[in-house]
Amino acid sequence: MTWIVQAILSFLAATGFGIIFNAPRRMLFYCGFVGMTGWLVYSLFNGISGDPVQASFLGAFMVALVAHIFAKRFRTPMIIFSVAGIIPLVPGGMSYNAMRHIVEKDYLTAISFASGAFMVSGAIAMGLVFAEVMIQLIFRSGIGRKRGKKV
Amino acid sequence: MPIVDKETAIDCCLLAGRLMMEAGAETYRVEDTMARMAETQQLSATHSFVTPTGIIFSPGSPHHTKLIRIKDRTTDLEKVALVNDVSRKLSANEYTLEEAYAKLQEIQKANVMFPLWLQIIAAAVASGCFLILYNGLWTDVPAAIFAGGVGYVIVTKIHELTRVKFFAEFVGSLFIGLIGFTAVQTGLGVELDKIIIGSVMPLVPGLLITNAVRDLMAGHFMSGLSKGAEAFLTAFAIGAGVALVLSF
Repeated sequence: MTWIVQAILSFLAATGFGIIFNAPRRMLFYCGFVGMTGWLVYSLFNGISGDPVQASFLGAFMVALVAHIFAKRFRTPMIIFSVAGIIPLVPGGMSYNAMRHIVEKDYLTAISFASGAFMVSGAIAMGLVFAEVMIQLIFRSGIGRKRGKKV
Repeated sequence: MPIVDKETAIDCCLLAGRLMMEAGAETYRVEDTMARMAETQQLSATHSFVTPTGIIFSPGSPHHTKLIRIKDRTTDLEKVALVNDVSRKLSANEYTLEEAYAKLQEIQKANVMFPLWLQIIAAAVASGCFLILYNGLWTDVPAAIFAGGVGYVIVTKIHELTRVKFFAEFVGSLFIGLIGFTAVQTGLGVELDKIIIGSVMPLVPGLLITNAVRDLMAGHFMSGLSKGAEAFLTAFAIGAGVALVLSF
């Protein structure tokens, strides 16, 4: 599948989630953009390393980074951008497979899928927090800025 | 400064906190906003304890500690942004206390949600997109769009009727499973798994999971755990609904 199709689809999906979560109207475009960057980074690294955990970490890191930049720029809470952006990374497929195997009483396979889903969720959370800490460190170090208001 | 003024300030802080929590903001942000607003009104040494079900706010002596109950929580990012804006303008002295309080009451009453039809279209389109993103087939897209839209309508309507979120999500995912199953049986769809995964995405508790972990890492263990429990319940409801269809 070409990158352009993936970019367009992830943009649309994240914008859709922006609407479902009732993001402010003029921020919808940026919600979609955050979702797109996150997914493209995820997809790229998933293709290279084949490990969804690492790829999710990097994707979430990217989402939080871009969301923070937008949050500072538009002076709105960062959550507006990050929530819609995170959704495509959520391990829906793995959780589904885990549940499906439980229903089929194939518990061993179910556990391996469930552990995978757990690891990916953890990686997403780590990515979010790491980006936030990094941004805070950069802004705190100042670079001659006056202490900006936390937005 | 007369004491009445301070009481308004305390009410103002509490209302802001409640609105943000009801709209799905992170706990640390709610506490931060409340402390910031209190600071601008010369209330020092304030303490707030925010949980997803209630806020305890102590403005320091001689004022009384107040408690506000949070009944239902939705995801309404626009409200978070609006309250944040009011708090910022209050801190910057662009608003007086009375103006800010009036503005907050206005926000409380206003319904800023997107119309339902637009939300349904958004959910349907997102479902179709996810199907392709998860390596689904293009021929399955119509089934996923239909199932995603119907699932979202059912969840919203049943939640309005019964106020039991768990039940609404269960029924919604049950219908998604049924639609997917019917589509595959009638030849309108090929991969049942992918159709279901794509259509279920709009119901996934993404915000809750992110906020839960974010709160836990910020040291708000109470809210983190309770949001985590809510997310787990939701995920379980979705899983149970789909599982019911798959078990046939």
